[in-house]
Amino acid sequence: MTYFLLFFTIHDVLRAEKALKGHHVDMELVPVPRNLSSDCGMCIKLRGDLDGVKPYINGIEMDKCVSYDGKEYRTIGGR
Amino acid sequence: MIYLDNAATSFPKPKETIDLLNEFVLNIGGNPGRSGHTLSLDAARFIFEARERLAALIHAGDSERIIFTQNGTESLNLAILGFLKENDHVITTSFEHNSVMRPLTFLAKEKRVSVSVAQCAHNGKLDVKDIKKLIRKDTKAVVVNHGSNVIGAVQPVGEIKKTIGEIPIIVDACQTAGSFPVNVAEDNIDILCCSCHKGLYGIQGLGAIYIRNGVDLTPLKFGGTGSRSESIEQPLFLPDKYESGTPNTPGIAALLGGLRFIERTGIEAIIRRKQDLRQSIVSSLSDIPGILLYGDNDDRKQLPVISFNIKGKLPSEVGYELNKREIYTRVGLHCAPVAHRTIGTFPEGTVRVAPGYFTTEEEIAIFIQAVREITKIS
Ligand SMILES: Cc1ncc(COP(=O)(O)O)c(C=O)c1O
Repeated sequence: MTYFLLFFTIHDVLRAEKALKGHHVDMELVPVPRNLSSDCGMCIKLRGDLDGVKPYINGIEMDKCVSYDGKEYRTIGGR
Repeated sequence: MIYLDNAATSFPKPKETIDLLNEFVLNIGGNPGRSGHTLSLDAARFIFEARERLAALIHAGDSERIIFTQNGTESLNLAILGFLKENDHVITTSFEHNSVMRPLTFLAKEKRVSVSVAQCAHNGKLDVKDIKKLIRKDTKAVVVNHGSNVIGAVQPVGEIKKTIGEIPIIVDACQTAGSFPVNVAEDNIDILCCSCHKGLYGIQGLGAIYIRNGVDLTPLKFGGTGSRSESIEQPLFLPDKYESGTPNTPGIAALLGGLRFIERTGIEAIIRRKQDLRQSIVSSLSDIPGILLYGDNDDRKQLPVISFNIKGKLPSEVGYELNKREIYTRVGLHCAPVAHRTIGTFPEGTVRVAPGYFTTEEEIAIFIQAVREITKIS
C-alpha cells in the first residue's frame, strides 16, 4: 500500500520528513496529487507500514492521510 | 577602516553568512513552498533549517512559533499592533527604541490605548517594582527592551515576567539575540522580537518574532502562503498565518549561515568576547580626561554598546573626527529619544561605540588613541 501524508504547511512537511528520515523510513516528498487537494505544495509519500511510522510524527498535525492501492485513493485519517 | 557600529548592523559578516547567501542566489533561487519542483523545495529547506536553529538558540521549543519578518521593527509592529486592542492599557519603559514608542504612540492616538512608562534610572537600571506599581485591571501587556541600543544595559526580563504573572510580556531582543543569553522558555516570554542582521549575523532586511503557543495576534499582512490555496481566507496555522508573500529567502539563507557560525563558535564564547570588548573600551575610555561615560560601567553583564561624550564637544563633531580617521561609530539619538532623555543626553545624544565579535584589540587601541587626540582638539 502507498500512503500520502498531507500537512498544513511546508514547514510541517519538512518537520515530518526530518523525523521520518531520522528513523530511516523510506519516503519521498512529492507534489500533492491534484485530486487530493488544491494546495500547490508538497506532501510525503511512503510505502508499507504506516502504523509503524506514525509514532515518529505524532506531534505534527496532519491535514489528511490517504491510502492508494494502485486503483483507488481513500482518506483514512487527518483532521 | 575600523567598524564600530555593530549595534546598527553587524559588519563584517562571518564567512558562513556569505557562503550561504551565495549558495542560495547562485544555485537555488526558487520561491519556497510555492511550487512542487526541486528548487522551490530546496528554498523551503533553507527556511526550515534557519527556523529550527533560531528556535534552538532562543529555546523556543517548536520552531513553527518562529516567524520571519522584514526587520526588528516589523516584529515589534506585529507584536504591538497585532496584540493590543482599543482602550487597552499597556506598560513600557523609559529605555525603548522608537520601534516600540512609535507604534504605542500611534495606538494611544488612534485606538485610545493608554500607555504607562516605567522610569529607568539614568544608568539604565529598571526597578521591577516600578512596573508592578503601574499594573491596572485592564493592563494587557508589558513591552520591555531586553538590551539597550544606547548604553548596552540589559533588563531582567525573567524577573519582570515573574512579577507581572499572567500579563503577557513583549520583549524587544533586537540587540540581545546572539549577543546575550536569550531563553524564552526559562524566562517565560510570551512574544520576543529580534533583528536578524545584528548579533545573529544575517544580512539586512530580516527580522524574526517568537510567539508563544496560545498567544494570538492579528497579522499585519494577508496574502499568499502556498498553503490552503483554495481558500480566500488567511490560514490560521503557523508559521503561514503571519508569513504572507514571498519571503526574503536570500536573507534567511544568510541568517542560516550566521546561525551556523554562532553554533560553530559557541554562543558562550561570543558573549564572553563581546563582554570583554565592552570592558576593554569602558576602562580605556574612563582613563581619558574629559570623557563622559554613560551607563553602569561596573556591571560586566551588558552588551558591547557604549555611549560617551567629550566635554565641550558635540557628539556630531566627535563622530566627524572619528570618521575622518576611518573609524565608524554612530552619533546622535540612535532612534531612542526616550532612552536619551533617561540618561540625560537629549537632544544632542552621544557617540555610540559598538564593537563586534570580529573587532580586535589593535582596532580598539587605535580608536582609543583617536579619542585621546580628539579631546585635545580645541
Ligand atoms: C533596541 C532596538 N529595537 C529595535 C530595533 C529595530 O530593529 P531593525 O533595525 O531590525 O528594524 C533596533 C535596531 O535598530 C534596536 O536596537
